[in-house]
Amino acid sequence: MGSITRGFTGRRQHAQDRLPPGQYDVGTGFPVLTAEVTPELEPDRWTFTVEGQVAATRTLTWAQVQTLPRSTFRGDIHCVTAWSKLGTSFTGVSLDDLLAETPPLPAATHVLAWSHTGYTTNLEVADVVGGRAWVVWEHDGNRLPAEHGGPVRLLVPHRYFWKSAKWIAGLRFLDHDEPGFWERNGYHLRGDPWREERYAGD
Amino acid sequence: MPGTETGSGTETGSVSVGVRREWQRAELVAAWPQTDSARSLRFRVPGWAPQLPGQHCLVRLTAPDGYTAQRSYSIASTASTPELIEVVIERLADGEVSPHLHDVLAPGDAVEVRGPFGGHFIWSGGSPVALIGGGSGVAPLMAMLRCWRERDRPVPLRMVVSVRAPEQLWFAGEYGAETTVVYTRQAPPGWPRPPGRLDAPAISAALAGLPPETTAYVCGSHGFAEHASRLLVQTGWVPADIRIERFGPS
Repeated sequence: MGSITRGFTGRRQHAQDRLPPGQYDVGTGFPVLTAEVTPELEPDRWTFTVEGQVAATRTLTWAQVQTLPRSTFRGDIHCVTAWSKLGTSFTGVSLDDLLAETPPLPAATHVLAWSHTGYTTNLEVADVVGGRAWVVWEHDGNRLPAEHGGPVRLLVPHRYFWKSAKWIAGLRFLDHDEPGFWERNGYHLRGDPWREERYAGD
Repeated sequence: MPGTETGSGTETGSVSVGVRREWQRAELVAAWPQTDSARSLRFRVPGWAPQLPGQHCLVRLTAPDGYTAQRSYSIASTASTPELIEVVIERLADGEVSPHLHDVLAPGDAVEVRGPFGGHFIWSGGSPVALIGGGSGVAPLMAMLRCWRERDRPVPLRMVVSVRAPEQLWFAGEYGAETTVVYTRQAPPGWPRPPGRLDAPAISAALAGLPPETTAYVCGSHGFAEHASRLLVQTGWVPADIRIERFGPS
């Protein structure tokens, strides 16, 4: 426990037990904190590539991903800047279905996700299989806006939200860990909100 | 994103790579108003690792029962004042942390801080820069401007500050010929540009003459960052040369 701050009582929230340590409920807001210029990316030009340690390299188009089984995530998301958004939903396709035809090889231990802007972020293979990750194009029933990563973003809600790369372009499966954009800039390699893994070494 | 800065140290500061930054006691040694709703706080933090211009820190408050609240704030001061850091707190009426930092915290009181953090929105003073700040977004840019002056203006630097009205301008009196202030709602008497939103002609004029290798740093609310970065792209900047820090609700 930290040193007590004179005169501070704080504002506990109804959903306190639903919040990872150090997080607060942002309510109905959905802040945008991207470090890049928001790209104008039409769905017709969007592609998604799976490569590296996989059975075969594959690139899917917007039309192709639309033919896969739709899947909706309902739950909470947690930003490393300390806000959490509770009870929200995203719809797209689960990575299990997306990877069904080109599964990762046994040698694959990590994934580097990259965006059409050049943004990157790393994950463990276990983070993106087993019904825990999606690529999504709807938020709360509406088309995902460009500022939130539309037309399509990655969704890995059990990690801090910088891992859910906006404007997702593909996944590169690797036999080693390779830090992405924020991970090279002082943030944690794994980013588990429940372990409060915000910064390197946490 | 191409062209990002990494590394573990320079002569004036460091990016935390692999080494955990711990919470540290920070004693308030001075406080003064920037505007009616913004208060500068200067903390003394024994053993503080020197920050690079643009980096931020976390501030944590702890209640008697152990409940904590933490927020991140850009550091406006440079490493030229060792173990002293300045942050500016905008008072949010419905906030949990900022009212305490405005209304309760007094010199001699302590909070806890962690940092410095941030390895992307930083500038080490060695390359030409355009600094574009909206409202409270000038805080990390002020660290860059101060660093540039301390180093005797080694490279081209221009700054654009967008603010609603004169009484809402942070760091008034610290801007020089390198800076263009754009008032969006109300300008001082006799100001050359009538009040209005930052636009392409204003940004082009303010940044004219910067060399092609210049990096732009844009900081402010999401709305401001989106607007300003689009203007930069419209006026010929490439996205890879634009770094953005958007202020969230804290």
